[in-house]
Amino acid sequence: MDGTPVGRRVFLGLLGAGAAGILWGSKAQRWLEQNVGPYLAKDGTGLSGLLPIGRFRIYSVTGSMPHRGHDEYRLHVSGLVDQPLTLTYREIRAMTPTGLTRDFQCVTGWRVFAVKWKGVRLGDVLDRAGVQAGAKALRFRSFDGTYTESLTLKQARRDDVLVAYELEGEQLSDAHGGPVRLYIAPMYGYKSIKWLDRIEVTDEVVPGYWEDRGYDVDAWIGRSNNRDDNAP
Amino acid sequence: MIPRFDRVERAAHWTTAALFGVLMLTGAVLYAGPFSAMFGRRELFRQVHVYAGILLPVPVLVGVAGRWGAQLRRDVGRINRWTRDDARWFRRRNRVRPGRVDVGKFNAGQKVNATFFAGAVVVMLATGLMLRWPNPFSNDLRTGATFVHDWFAFGIWIAVLGHIYFAIRDPIALGGMTRGSVTPYWARTERPAWYREVTQESQDLEEPAPR
Repeated sequence: MDGTPVGRRVFLGLLGAGAAGILWGSKAQRWLEQNVGPYLAKDGTGLSGLLPIGRFRIYSVTGSMPHRGHDEYRLHVSGLVDQPLTLTYREIRAMTPTGLTRDFQCVTGWRVFAVKWKGVRLGDVLDRAGVQAGAKALRFRSFDGTYTESLTLKQARRDDVLVAYELEGEQLSDAHGGPVRLYIAPMYGYKSIKWLDRIEVTDEVVPGYWEDRGYDVDAWIGRSNNRDDNAP
Repeated sequence: MIPRFDRVERAAHWTTAALFGVLMLTGAVLYAGPFSAMFGRRELFRQVHVYAGILLPVPVLVGVAGRWGAQLRRDVGRINRWTRDDARWFRRRNRVRPGRVDVGKFNAGQKVNATFFAGAVVVMLATGLMLRWPNPFSNDLRTGATFVHDWFAFGIWIAVLGHIYFAIRDPIALGGMTRGSVTPYWARTERPAWYREVTQESQDLEEPAPR
C-alpha cells in the first residue's frame, strides 16, 4: 500500500501523550490550578466549572441530593457516652472553631489543592458528651440514609479531624455535605462523611459504606489501599 | 449502489457507538456536579461505566480478529496510510467537493477522526482501569490518570459531536454506515480514487476469461 503510516504515528503519539499525562499530570494539574484557576473563578457563566481544574467531584451514593436547613439540623451523639447529645447548628458554631488548609485527596486520584476548611474538633464534641471507659471506636451515619463511616477513638481525637461547617470561607452547600460534615485531613475523601447525622460511640470498629465495597478502613493518604511509601 | 461497509464493519461501528453513548452519559453523571446531584446513585453509575468501558474495545477487536474481518483490516490499513492528497485535502477550502484532490475511500478528516478514537479508547481504558483499581499506583500517578481521563473525555465529546454533525450533513455517507452502500455519483465525486478502485475490480470480474 502506498503512502506513509501517519495513522500509526498519530496513534502512538496519543498513547505517549496519555502516558506522559499519567506521569506528570499531577504537576500539570497544580500548575493549571495556580495559573488558570484564578481566571476561572471570575467567569460568571459557571461553564468553566465543568473544566477539570480545581474542582470537587460531587459523590452521592443515594438517588437524590440530601438537604437539611440550618434550623432543622441536629447532630446526635449517642452510644457509650455519659450524656447523649443533640446539638443544633447554632450550638456547633458556638464552639471553639478550628481552621485547616489541606489538599483534598480522593482515593481514585482526583485532588483539589489547598482547600480551606472550618469547623470544630471532633474531640471537643466527644468531650462534651463524655466518652465512657470501654469505648474504642465511632460509627458515623449520614442523613442521606445510606452512607456510614467509622474511626477509632484514637484517630478521632487527632487535631486534624473536624466536624466541619465551612468550605473556602462559605457555609457548606448541600453538594459538599452541608450543613455539617466530617473532614478527616490525613485520610482519603471517602472517610469524610457528608451530611453528618449521628455519631455513635461503640466498642468496636464497624466498617463503613465503601469499606464494605473493598476500600481500607484505615484510609491514611499514601499509607493505605496498598500504599506504604508516603507517610504523612 | 456501491457497497461501502460490510456487516462486520457496521456491527463493530454501531456497538462501539452504543458503548460510547453509555460511557459519555454515565461519565457525565459521575463527573459533572449538577448531574451527580440530579441522579445520585453513584455506585450504580460507576458499575455501568466501568463495565461498558471494559467492553469498549471488544467489538472492533472481534471484528478485526477473525476470517470475517478481511475488509475491516483492509480499511484500517487505508486509514493508517497518508498520501499527498491528504495534505492537499486539508488545504482545500471546500472539503466536501474536493475537486482535484484524489480522495480514496477515506478523506483526511475521517482518517484523523478514526485514529483519534483508536488512541483515545486505549488511553481511556488504561487510565480508567487505574481509577477503578488504584491500589498499585501512587497518589501522584492516580492524580495523573484522573487528569488524563478528564481531558481526553473533553476531546472525545468534541470528536463525537463533530462526527455526528458531519454524518448528518452528508446523508449518503451516513447511509454507507447504516445500509452499507452509497450512490455511484457520491463515490465518483467525493471519493474518486476509491470509485476507480471498486469499479476497476468489478470490471476485472466481469471480463470473460480468455479461451
